[in-house]
Order: sequence, then structure tokens, then C-alpha cells
Amino acid sequence: MPGRNKVTKKTLSAGQRRGPPLAWVGWSFLILLAVVTVLYVGLKAVANPILFLQNLLDGLKLGFVYALIALGYTMVYGIVKLINFAHGDVFMVGAFTSYYAVSRFNLHMWPAAAFPSISPNLAVVLGSLTVILLSMAVCVILAVTIERVAYKPLRDAPRIAALITAIGVSFFLEFFGALPFVFSARFIPYKAPFSTHAWYIKDGIHPIISGQASPDNTISFSNIFLIIAAASILVQVLLQYIVKRTKIGIAMRAASYDKPTARLMGINVDRVISFTFAIGAAFAGLGGVLYAIAYSSIYTQLGVLPGLKAFVAAVLGGIGSIPGAFVGALIMGQAEAMTMGYISTPMRDAVAFSILIIVLLVKPTGLFGEPAQEKA
Amino acid sequence: MKRVLTVALVLALSVGSAIAADLKIAVLAPLSGPVPSFGLSTKEGALLAIQEWNAKGGVLGRKIVPIVEDSQCTADPAVNAANKVINQDGVKFIIGEVCSGASIPVSEIANPAKVIEISPTSTNPNVTVDSKGNTKAYIFRACYIDPFQGGILAQFSAQRLKAKKAFIMYDQGNDYTVGLANAFEAQFKKLGGTIAGKETYTKTDTDFSAILSKIKDANPQVVLLPDYYNIVNLVTKQAKEKGINVPFVGGDGWDSSDLDLVSSAGCYYTNHYAPDDPRKEVQTFLKAYAAAYKDDSGKPKVPDALAVLAYDATNLLLQAIATAKTDDTTKVKTALEAIKFSAVSGLITFDKLHNPIKALTILSIKGGKVVFDSVVQP
Amino acid sequence: MEQLGYLLSSTVKILGLIAWIFGLLWGLGRKPLWQKLLTIVAAFAVIQALFGFKIGSFQFFSAFDQGLLFQAVTMAMVALGLNLIYGFNGQFSLAQWGFYGLGAYCSADVTYRWSNGDAGGLIVVGLGVILAGVAIGLVRMFLNRKRGVPVLSAFTFYLFGILAAVFIAVQVGKPLATACLPLFGTVDAPGPLSAPIFLQIVFPLSVIFAGAFAAEVSFLFGLPVLSLGSDYFGIATLGFSIVVQTLMVNSDTILPFPEMKGGRGMIGITKLTTWFWAFAFLIFVIMLIRNFVRSSTGRATLAVREDEIAARAMGIDVASSKLLAFVLGSFVAGIGGGIYAHYIGFLSPNTFSFIKGFDPLIIVVFGGLGSLTGTVAAAFGWIFFLEGFLRVLLGQLGTDAPSWRFVLYPITLLLLMLLRPKGLLGTTEWGFFQASIVKRKIAAPLDKGKGEGVAATPPPPSEVGKPTTGNKH
Repeated sequence: MPGRNKVTKKTLSAGQRRGPPLAWVGWSFLILLAVVTVLYVGLKAVANPILFLQNLLDGLKLGFVYALIALGYTMVYGIVKLINFAHGDVFMVGAFTSYYAVSRFNLHMWPAAAFPSISPNLAVVLGSLTVILLSMAVCVILAVTIERVAYKPLRDAPRIAALITAIGVSFFLEFFGALPFVFSARFIPYKAPFSTHAWYIKDGIHPIISGQASPDNTISFSNIFLIIAAASILVQVLLQYIVKRTKIGIAMRAASYDKPTARLMGINVDRVISFTFAIGAAFAGLGGVLYAIAYSSIYTQLGVLPGLKAFVAAVLGGIGSIPGAFVGALIMGQAEAMTMGYISTPMRDAVAFSILIIVLLVKPTGLFGEPAQEKA
Repeated sequence: MKRVLTVALVLALSVGSAIAADLKIAVLAPLSGPVPSFGLSTKEGALLAIQEWNAKGGVLGRKIVPIVEDSQCTADPAVNAANKVINQDGVKFIIGEVCSGASIPVSEIANPAKVIEISPTSTNPNVTVDSKGNTKAYIFRACYIDPFQGGILAQFSAQRLKAKKAFIMYDQGNDYTVGLANAFEAQFKKLGGTIAGKETYTKTDTDFSAILSKIKDANPQVVLLPDYYNIVNLVTKQAKEKGINVPFVGGDGWDSSDLDLVSSAGCYYTNHYAPDDPRKEVQTFLKAYAAAYKDDSGKPKVPDALAVLAYDATNLLLQAIATAKTDDTTKVKTALEAIKFSAVSGLITFDKLHNPIKALTILSIKGGKVVFDSVVQP
Repeated sequence: MEQLGYLLSSTVKILGLIAWIFGLLWGLGRKPLWQKLLTIVAAFAVIQALFGFKIGSFQFFSAFDQGLLFQAVTMAMVALGLNLIYGFNGQFSLAQWGFYGLGAYCSADVTYRWSNGDAGGLIVVGLGVILAGVAIGLVRMFLNRKRGVPVLSAFTFYLFGILAAVFIAVQVGKPLATACLPLFGTVDAPGPLSAPIFLQIVFPLSVIFAGAFAAEVSFLFGLPVLSLGSDYFGIATLGFSIVVQTLMVNSDTILPFPEMKGGRGMIGITKLTTWFWAFAFLIFVIMLIRNFVRSSTGRATLAVREDEIAARAMGIDVASSKLLAFVLGSFVAGIGGGIYAHYIGFLSPNTFSFIKGFDPLIIVVFGGLGSLTGTVAAAFGWIFFLEGFLRVLLGQLGTDAPSWRFVLYPITLLLLMLLRPKGLLGTTEWGFFQASIVKRKIAAPLDKGKGEGVAATPPPPSEVGKPTTGNKH
């Protein structure tokens, strides 16, 4: 995996400069690992470059989804040092909200119904945006409620108590949601607010017509991939702006440095924390809808694995760092896609987590993590 | 404190052997854990059968009382549930579990206790056969064991679809899919076809793009996907987005009202019955199920394969009890071994390994509908 | 009436068992040796007698309760190990479940092979464990001569040392196993080694080896990873659990163990766990952990939890202290796994998924971090509440109620955490475990500085863990 190789080399020089005895043994072992991996993937890539590019693209799609969820983890951790296990389930609620809005209430149709004269494309865009905004709003309310009810009373308790509570909230959302009168336990086929289209690349970009095969040796992608990528990057930029430029962002950073001092400076820390939960949940809601559209099947434990992966991505990138979460998610996506493509699909978690462990060993606070307490 | 304890102890002891006139049947289903969806269908199918028998006056003139337990599709809770119903509730008949991984440990408890267990959907051979190859006397299953289904699918692919090159993708952690895949491979090769590739995944996967890219690259004429509908929906949708227009074929796990008929257009699967099958059992069952259960939007529910099999398993059991004219499990077991029962999923008899023998229907998906294609006798 | 009776009896059982645990610990805590021994025998006999105790058709300890009891015993072992790692040493570990799984599979494989006429499992595992131990010792001697070898290099040396040991074990084990083959005889004419008595000897051996196996893996894994900050350590250990589970899923495809059947689950494990073995290993584990915590090394472990820098200033080797607690905790988890595998007779990777891996953590926190009494009591209470009481209660309420089990469970979890965030027992100890008075003596001066009571829980890992990375070299 390309990212990993770079890291190894960079830290290698740092290790040699210090020069403790036998340091070369460890580094050469890691370099050997990296070289073997790169060689293995590289040979496969040369043998079938089209397949490699396709895997790369699929990895990007996974990575962008993880990036959307990882932001919530990384922000909450940065400010309250809590691994919010319920975040993945908030993501699930986002997916379910949009499902009900679309298939039960036809919310995505309202522009077409209200203004029959507007162009159908605009109507679809407006309708989908409404659905997404609604899901985001529901997630925000849910997350803030969870924060107020379950986490806030435990703010001065040992951190582990809050962690166990987070696990409890996660179980509760999953299995309460599975009750017949809530979401039901079924695997529900998801009805998207807009239809997906796919294209293939061969001497230009051509649409894939449903029910027809695309030519051999082509790379394909879909509109949902583009939307996920765009949303992910947009959110990234937006968040950077909020954290770096706005007043509440400054308050967030202050609170994550030192809560008591921030309080002395007149910052309402509780409100800042709630805001952090809210903003993370909003992006989780967005991610939930996009994930559901991309994978088209929802159930109440939908959020567990993507949530975990996203969290790991956040750690990989250096938890608390927003660009770190993004880069970590992309690496995670590539690691999984390459494992699925070149080793075997069931091994992907093992490889992804091994990479996590190795990266942590080389850079103990993650790729972008600051060794000091600098977190934003 | 001491007093409370004494009272409790006395109460607990006084419970004694309250042999009610009711006949208790335990339904072990994964109501929580990784696949609560399967548990729900199983529970609904089994309870419907019990309701129908009760409406007819029960069995042996006794009312049937279902005891539902959550077994989580995992060994420990399933074992606890089985121990509880056997030892505490005095149950002698168990319908369940859904997952082989839970049914196997349950069967190891039920069999020595001479409790009859019929698993509706556990396809692992070791549910009914122990590791030494002996049949467990009291354990049965209501679903196909896979070689038959896989062989038929291979034959269908080679002859009807005229496929020369097949690709197989399956869940390596599930005996159902492994069995079907192996049987398909053997039969397909025998019929002169080649296997272009074999890929595995696990049940928690949602992204199949890597496997699908390989399929695209291998360019087969048919893809075998023997899994449940939740996986099928994911795979067929992603396949369409990749511009793969090869028919996927699969087994009875596909059968569900939640199958995505748009993405899976042009695919085929085997099932126990066709929804438009004129047989009385099928039509009454479909009607009864629709009347009894509504989905979350209030529409009548269409049973999936798990509900059908749970319904059949329960009916088989009750029919055997009625035939044996006793709830003595040794006699009921003998009755089950000799049973010839016309169930929703066809005329069922049991072979020596306590696997059912029944006919197979092949269905195709065309124009957003499931259409009857052909029927194959065992 | 019947319903109420079962409900009450299941409450009585929970209370009775807790009383039994406290009685056992009280008796073990008596000074004279004969009283300790008497307690052990009595505690064993009480439960054993209850197994057969019947009034009419009512059984106080039916097979249902027996099953729960075995689960509680294994859970108690796993949780005790975790309490040592997390409660006493402050290392937030989620790898416990992975070591539990490793122990279960390892021990099951040994007896599985044995009962199928293959001594190879026992020989290779036993030899491998011993040789790997020797290799670790040799590498350690070598590394001790060169001070300040970086962790990664040390890890590489240990890794290759252990790999060499395993290679030798396999090479030596194979011919030895073939040599043993005739001794097993055939199905019709069983040889001397096929006698059931041998299986009874192989079983405890396999459990001990499984523990040692888990311990060695944890040594190898913990060596580099323990140098991470505490939260990062937590995530790395979570990763470990997931890697172990993935390897279990692939045990028949990627790994060369066809008998484990990958994700389909390993069948045909002889159910060898009796109350005798379960109880014996429980007592062994309790004594091991308690005596360790009470020893000077154990006190060093506690000091590391309280303040790493101060501990280092006192001359404590922080890295070794952490590693020792981690290895010992994993050893205990491996033993628990061995007992579990032979109780359930069927292993599936589902059982070892990371979500279930939170269970021991929940138990440890419930019982009170740093309270061994609390851990044992919570393990029994937790199993008998979730799998016993809730199941019985909801079973009575109709066919829809069982779906509520995992809705009520998290609510209980939340309430308990909100009401008693420091666990049910805090750091209180009882009877045999009361040795931790020692801890109070050490903790007392620290308290003044910290301004809170006996630090019931490790300080926030961000405070504890940070310095480690730098100081390690």
C-alpha cells in the first residue's frame, strides 16, 4: 500500500539519527515487510492495470464513506476524550430516517408536487437535499439527546464509565431499533431518493445502460461515488473552516486544550461539547444516507462495522486531527480494496487492522497526530 | 432477608411438576445478535403453524403453547436457551435454531436428552450427523441439504443457460453456501463447463466491488451466488453498476419479498414453491401469512424462505406427534422418520441422515416479477 | 404461580451464588492452611451436591444452571485477567477476548487431535510452548547485554526466535506423533493411549498449554504495543481481537487447520469440562492473580498504574511491569478459553467477535476496577442475570418479549453506570482478596496530592499513557 511505504521511509531516517544499538534490525524488518507488500501489489498491478485502477477507485469510495463517519469520532474524541461507540448507530438512524422519508412519505417528491413547472433534474436535487437535511437534523437531535442523557452526567466520572455507557447506548439503539414497531429487524431494501447511474471509461466516458454489459477492460464508476467523494471533500473543507475560522471553532479548540481554563475564559464548555456532538452527528447522518444509497440494503446493525472502521481510520490518521481522519480513511479504504482484490475478501479486516497496528508502532499517535496535547 | 430467601426457596420448590395439559414447543430464534431478521421470520412461520393447529383444536386434544427464546445465532446463548427450555420448561420439542453455528451445539444437548429438534434452516451436515458420521436420532432439518440444490443449479446453468464458463462466489463461513458451491462446481465440471474463478466473502461484507471486478475480468456466462437475499441484493445492485450483465443463479435463500427484483432482473433461483403455485398448501399458507402479519408499512407480509421452512418444520413436528398419538419423543421420532407430509415446500420425506427429500422449483426474475420456470423432482 | 416460582428461584440462585463466592473467599482468607483446604473442598462439594439435588421434578441446579455456571467460571477467569491488566495496571486492553479465543482454539485442537488418534497436537503445542519460552529467555539474555535496544528491534528478535522455536517444534513433533500413532490403535482395537484416562490427563495439559500459548502471543504482541499511549494501546488491542477473529474465520483456508473449519465452526470437541476441572482452574486462577497482586512485583504493577514517572523514579522497570501484567492476564484468559471450549464442545468465530469482547470489560467495570472480589461476583451475577434471570423473566411474558432482552440489558447497563460509575464494589475487597490493604498503604500518600479518595480507577489514560513512548528507549 502506497501510503504505508512512505511512512516507513520517513520515520526510518528519524530512527537512524537517534542511533540506539541494533535499531537497524527493527527498521529493516519493517522495510522488508513494506517492500514485499509493494512488490506484491505492484506486480499484480502491472499484470492487470485496469483491474488495479478499478480496485483503486473502489477503495476510494470506501475511503470517502469512512471519512464522513470518522470526522464525528475524531471531533468528539478530540474534545471529550470519549470513544463514542454510539456514533455508528447514529449513522444507522440517519439511513433509516431517509428510508422512511422516501418510501413512506415520498418526501423527495415534494418539489415536483409543489412546483410542477420546475425542471425534473432540479426537483430531484431539491428533493434529495431535503431528505438528507431531514436525516441530518434527526441525527443531530438524537446525538445531542444521547449526550445530554447518557454522557453529560458522567463527565466527572472515570472515563471508562462513559465508554461503557457509549457501548450501552449503541446496543440499545441497535436492538431497540430491531423491535417490530420501531424499525423492525429486517434487511430492508433501500429506496433511494434519486436513481443511480453508472459510467464506464473507454475512449471517453459512456453511460452503462441497465441490463447491458459494459465492454471488457473498462473502469466503471457511478454517480453515487462522485456524490460521496464530493460530499466528503466538501465536509472536510467546511469543517476546517468551522474549526479554524469561526468563533465556536475557536471555542472548540480551546475546550479541547484545557476545559477548566476555557471555562474561565467565558466559554460555555457544555454548549461547545453539545455542538461538537451535533456537528459530528450531522455528518454521520449525511454519511448514513449516502451509504444507504450506495449499498441499498439497510438494517439496524448497519453502523457497527463502518463505524468501527471509521474510528480506526481516525486513529490511523491521528485521532483529534481532522485532515488525519480524512487521510486515515482513504488509507483504510485502499488497504481493504487491495486486500479484497489481491488476497481474499475475508482477510480484509486482518490486513486493515495489522496496518493500523504497524502504523501505530512507527508513529504512536497516528499519521497526523501531534505528540503533544494539540487537538482540534 | 433470610425470610425472603426461605419464602422464595419454598415457592421455588413447590413449583414441582406442574404437568399442564398443554403441549409445549420451544422456538429458538436469533431475535437479537447479528441476524434478528432471520429470527423474526422463523418465529412468525413457526407461530403461524402453531396457531393454525390450535384453531383446529390442538394436537392430541392438547393446546400447543409456544415458548420463544432468543438464541442470538451464537453458541452460548443458544445453549442456554436450549438448556432453559429443556430443563426448566420441560419442553420435549424444539423448532430451531436458524444458524448452523447455534444449531450444532443445541443438537448436542437435545439429542442426549431425547428432545426432538427440527432445525428449519441449518444446512450444516453436522446438525443431524455427529463428527463420527452417526445420525443424531432426535435431530431433523426441514431445509435442503445442498448437494441436490447445487447439482440442479449446475445442470440448469449448463443446459438451459448454455453456460460454458461459470464463476462462483460464496460465504466461506456458511455451510449452506459452501455446500452449494462445491456441489455446483462438481456437477458443472462434469457437464463439461469450466469454473472461471471462485471467490469468498464473509457475511458482514457489504462491499463486493473487488469480487465483481474479478468477475468482470473473468467474463463468465453465469455466476453462482448461493446466499440469502440480503447479500444477493447488495451483490446484484453493485454488479449492475459495474456493467456486469451475467445471470446470477442461487438457491432458496433468495426467496424473500425483500429481494431487489430490479437489480436481479434476468437471474434465476431455486425454491420450494412458486408464489403462483396452484397447490392448496401454498395458497392457503400465503393467505394465512398475509392475514397474520403486516410489515412496517401496514401491508400484508409475503413470507420469505425462512418463514416457509419454519412453518413446515412446525407442521412436520405436529403432524408426527399426531401420527404417533403420543408426545413420547422416541415414538414421535419414529413417526418423523417415516413421515410423508405434503408441506408448503413440497412433499417431504426424510432420508437416513434426517435430511428432507423434496422437489425443487426453478424461478426466474423478469420485469420486476418472480416467474415460474420449471420444476425438478428429486 | 409456576412463573413466579421460577423467577424467585432464579433470583435466589443469583444471591446464593454470590453468597457462595463470598463464603469461598472468606474461607480462603483464613490463616490456617487446613481451613483453606476445607473451604475449597466444601465449596466444591456444595455445588457438586446441588447438581444431583432434586425434590420431585424440581432441580435446584438443572443443566441450564450448570451451563450458566461454567460460563460464569470462564468469564470470571477472563475478567480477573482483564482486571489485572486494566484495573491494577491501568492498561486499557480489548485484546482479552482475542486471547480467550486463542486459548479456546488451541486447547480444543489439542484434545480434538488426541481423541482422533493424533498426538501431534499435544506434542507440537507443548514442545512449541516450551521451546518458545526458552527462545524468549535466550533472546532476553542477549538483549539485556545491550542496553537500550529499541522496541521494534527487540520485537524482531523475539519474533524470529519464537518462529524458530515453532519451526523446530513442528519438525520434531511430526515424527514423534507418527511414532505415537501405533499406540492409539484402531477403532476396533484401541491402543493404550486411546484409554479415556489419557484424555483426562491431556485435557488439563492442553488448558495449561493454551494459557501458555496465549501468554507467549501476548508477550510478542504486548512488547511493542504496550509502548503506545493508553488509548492507542486500547485501539491496537481491539485490532488484535479482530485480527484473531479474522484468522479464525480463515483457519481452514489461509491457515493450515482444516479441522477448525473456519467460519463454519469447529465441531467434535469432547466435552471434558467437569465441575471439578472448572472449579480447580478457577481456584488456581484466583490464587495466581491474588498472590501476584500481593507480591512485590504486583505492588510495582500498582505503582505503575498510579503514576508511571514516580514509579520509574522508585526504580521500577515500567515497561517490564506492564508486560508482565499483560502476559499474566492473557495467560489466565487462555486458560478460561480452554475451559470454555471443552464445556461448549463447539467453537465458532462468532463467539469471539469484538462486540462480545466488551463483555469482560463491562464485568470488570461493574465489579469495580481494582476489586478482584467485585470481578468474580460480577462475572457470576452478570451471566446469571443476563442469560438466566432476564431469559426466564421474558420467557414468561409471551412470545414477543424475548426480543426485549437486549433492550433491557443496555438500559440496566446505563442505569448502573449513571448510579455507580465506579462499579458496584469500588476497590473494596473481601476475605482472601483483602490482601489489597497493601494497596491502601501505598495509595494513601498519593491521595493527598491527587485530592480524591483511593483512586478507584486508573487516571484518564491520556495522562497515564503519554510518557511511555518517549521513555521506552
